[in-house]
Amino acid sequence: MSLHFWPTQASLHAEHVDWLIGSFGILVALLAAPVFILSAVYLVRYRHGRKADRSQREAGNVWLETAWAAIPFLLVMGFYVWSTKMFLDQQSPPDDALTIDVIAKQWMWKFQHAGGQREINELHVPVGRPIRLTMTSQDVIHSLYLPALRIKQDVLPGRYTQEWFAATDTGTFPLRCAEFCGTDHSVMGGRLVVQTPADFAGWQAQAGADRSLAQLGHTLFDRLGCAGCHGGNAQGQDAQVRAPPLAGLYGKPVPLADGSIVRAGDQYIHDSIMLPNKQVAAGYEPLMPPFGSVLDEEQVAQLEAYIRSLGAGGDR
Amino acid sequence: MSEATSHVNPRMSQEPIPDTAVERVSYLAEGHSLRSWLLTTDHKRIAILFLISITFFFFCGGIAAALIRLDLLTPAPDLLSNDGYNRAFSLHGIIMVWFFLIPSIPTTFGNFLLPMMIGAKDLAFPRLNLASWYIFALGGLATLATVVLGGVDTGWTFYTPFSSTYSNGAVFMAVTAVFISGFSSILTGINFIVTVHKLRCPGMTWGRLPLFVWAHYATAVIFVLATPVLTIALLLVALERVFGIGIFDPRLGGDPLLFQHLFWFYSHPAVYIMVLPAMGVVSELITNAAHKQIFGYWFVAGSAIAIAVIGFMVWGHHMFVSGQSPYASAIFSFLSILVAVPSAIKVYNWTATLHKGDIVIDGPLLYALGFIGLFTIGGLTGLMLAMLSIDVHVTDTYFVVAHFHFIMVGGSVSAFFGALHFWWPKVTGRLYNDLWARLAALLIFAGFVMTFTPQFLLGYEGMPRRYHVYPEAFQPLNVMSSVGASILALGYLLPFTYLLWSLRYGKPAGPNPWGATGLEWTTPSPPPKHNFETVPIVDKQAYCYPVGGRGEQSEPRTQNAKQDDG
Repeated sequence: MSLHFWPTQASLHAEHVDWLIGSFGILVALLAAPVFILSAVYLVRYRHGRKADRSQREAGNVWLETAWAAIPFLLVMGFYVWSTKMFLDQQSPPDDALTIDVIAKQWMWKFQHAGGQREINELHVPVGRPIRLTMTSQDVIHSLYLPALRIKQDVLPGRYTQEWFAATDTGTFPLRCAEFCGTDHSVMGGRLVVQTPADFAGWQAQAGADRSLAQLGHTLFDRLGCAGCHGGNAQGQDAQVRAPPLAGLYGKPVPLADGSIVRAGDQYIHDSIMLPNKQVAAGYEPLMPPFGSVLDEEQVAQLEAYIRSLGAGGDR
Repeated sequence: MSEATSHVNPRMSQEPIPDTAVERVSYLAEGHSLRSWLLTTDHKRIAILFLISITFFFFCGGIAAALIRLDLLTPAPDLLSNDGYNRAFSLHGIIMVWFFLIPSIPTTFGNFLLPMMIGAKDLAFPRLNLASWYIFALGGLATLATVVLGGVDTGWTFYTPFSSTYSNGAVFMAVTAVFISGFSSILTGINFIVTVHKLRCPGMTWGRLPLFVWAHYATAVIFVLATPVLTIALLLVALERVFGIGIFDPRLGGDPLLFQHLFWFYSHPAVYIMVLPAMGVVSELITNAAHKQIFGYWFVAGSAIAIAVIGFMVWGHHMFVSGQSPYASAIFSFLSILVAVPSAIKVYNWTATLHKGDIVIDGPLLYALGFIGLFTIGGLTGLMLAMLSIDVHVTDTYFVVAHFHFIMVGGSVSAFFGALHFWWPKVTGRLYNDLWARLAALLIFAGFVMTFTPQFLLGYEGMPRRYHVYPEAFQPLNVMSSVGASILALGYLLPFTYLLWSLRYGKPAGPNPWGATGLEWTTPSPPPKHNFETVPIVDKQAYCYPVGGRGEQSEPRTQNAKQDDG
């Protein structure tokens, strides 16, 4: 597509969205055509002073009304099914997706790769591989918009949202903030760099992270003294069982003090660090201090990576 | 040929020129002091007060729009600073939505015409009506105070936690302004509902109500049911901002999406507050221009009610990428398609009304046609936005900006100007030059299309809304849009010259220059203080235009209309 008025397509999904809007656009134009054409014809034919057959005027017709209400509706419903299925498919990334953490703040985008590489306003990804972005905001609501992939997802403070894509073309594509976030909203952008697997591996090496995200998390875990309650290596055994062990926790169902059960996903771990009294694990006292004012979202993501690295307790 | 050279409309030929004695007892002549205006309880005078106020705010919002379009001529931030630009579009949105569009047709033409169309002397609660204007004026003053305090940079949507915690603008004052103006809406809504229920003249059954009245009835219901939710949401923002109570900011334990739900629960129905009265106007204009009964009266009337009801269940379509449940999004998508059905019914019925009509193409009709064309495009692109997979790409881009301007400006403002031209002779007693009216209607249409069509393309290409600095590739379309905006501005300014001119130099209109059938046309123009000399008795349906076309005198709708004429 080299049309000037059409944005670049860089994924299969983008192509599907373009087909959807193109074909739906045709339907919509067909539905509007009678209004424009007939109005023009009637204005000419029945203009005052012009001789025309004005006898047998109708003041209504139930069948006509039913037809022009029902037929367009049913036609549009066909597109509804297509569009909704595409949308719901887009909600669940494939299992082999590569996860990258996204942290938005006024007015920049920060990315953290599992290997420990960190970048600002620039996101490197390998072509062909599904990429899952796990996103949160340090302050207000932002929205990560990748026009060439036709995807957009709001990025909320205190909450993880995700979007995923599999780019089919290598190249550099724009990355923008789409939710108004204050003074420099319109310059809160950057580039998505899609590379061949070899180039991407080269970039990873050259971006030179000496430690992975999980290792960074481990250092943080020790520095904050988490081991005092959760145990060294997060095993829980040398602590006086003041806090639950974290090894094998990830993905496991956790019984809470209020009797409910929650799955230990990213959001649960995030909230347990930032607002620990929100969900207290059954059998433990609510002793842990909130770290919401101590840690930023990047550090929380590193701690999560560390806890994930201690082993998964079940299906994610 | 005769139309082009003469400004005398063929519709205007039959009526006698009224004697000046009739004008002397008109509502305009009932006292000339400022006090007689500021303490009036006459719905017609209050309508004029509203007309002057909202015209003032239309210009304020227009100045902000001019700044925006000037700034966007270039991709670089040259005219305004980043904060300056954010303040310009926020002010533009807040003023245009709450101080022009929402009150526009209901508080002016609704106020003036609703009692007259149903054969009443006034609204049910005349003093409440005046209170409504004072509250509106107070809200307007608070908006001006916001500007004096340095402006606000949240956009008209006040999204949290930006508005409640992070913004350094005069958010509290802006929120207060909108909060106050909401009470004006609620009071007007209550007044309209009670008036339609209780003050219809003998014979004015529900099935004989003009469609303008049906539209305003539906609007009034939304005013009363939706506005309090906005009031509450804004109060909560103020509480969080001033006292730090954690409602929306997650750092304080709140939920930012809660605000979006509350805000759109009002603000989506509010779109129908802006468009339903416009639809009512268009039904009147089309039937009169075609001199013909509306096609499918009950379908047009019923669809107004259907829009009001279903309109309450579609707010989540503003939140498809917000992080709400995808299954909720799927349901909101379906309901948003459903709400388009009654709108489509109306548009098809208006088209069918032109069939076999006796159509005079004049200023009011051109504005009505402008509404239908632009509303249709706005509505159908709205259908595109209701599709989840399309919306994810184009939401929060210029595609959305173009879409809602087609509905709210292309649609509603065109209808507002249509109403202004159609009822101007009734309101002022004077005729304007229709040639100028047609020229202005064409300018507005052309300027509008040129301003906003490029924005659909910009949005699909990926230019987010509220962008002050943008990639150079987007400049040609932005320049086109700004050029269109200057034509549009010219189109909007033109009516103010020839309409004001007509006040002094226009020919007297006579009671019914268009040969229309509504009860308002049975009174002298301008109408006397209590509208009707005797209570009208209606024995016909609305829009009973003579079958034989314009050659025949249109029959008055009331048994005693002859006396009113004399």
